Amino acid sequence: MAVKWNKDVDAALAEAKAHNKPLLIDFSAAPA
Amino acid sequence: MAVTVHIKEHPALFDRFDVLWTPTVLILDANGIERARNEGYLPNLEFRAQLEMGLARIAFMHKQWAEAERRYTEVAERYPHTSAGPEAIYWKGVSRYKATNDHSALGEAANELKEKYEGSVWTLKASIWLH
Repeated sequence: MAVKWNKDVDAALAEAKAHNKPLLIDFSAAPA
Repeated sequence: MAVTVHIKEHPALFDRFDVLWTPTVLILDANGIERARNEGYLPNLEFRAQLEMGLARIAFMHKQWAEAERRYTEVAERYPHTSAGPEAIYWKGVSRYKATNDHSALGEAANELKEKYEGSVWTLKASIWLH
């Protein structure tokens, strides 16, 4: 299953709460 | 749902979530509470196992014992050769015990760990259940 990556943490937190879903946050320093 | 945060774009978020090293992956429940944290690179199979452990942990922390046991059982069966394998057996036993109050669930987990993962810290932790 493809993962839809978001860049807005607060929007994702709100969406997770609204849909009662867990949220993964990936903190990276890798070159783009 | 997943979010990616790059240190050059959002350094303040690293402070907000107490992230001091990369890569760090957090798994939060729907209320935004951190339930699992993985710091450092992991190969694909180990990483997937840890993600599924995080989902199991969410069920466990929400006292959804049957769901937690089901998820830990899946991890133990799918990823027996990863570091998550013995940990999943340990928490599978705890989840069943929490659901049933039956101590035999702990003994069964301890025996399974002793048989499959001699030397694992999870086998040591469960060894008290054999007495």
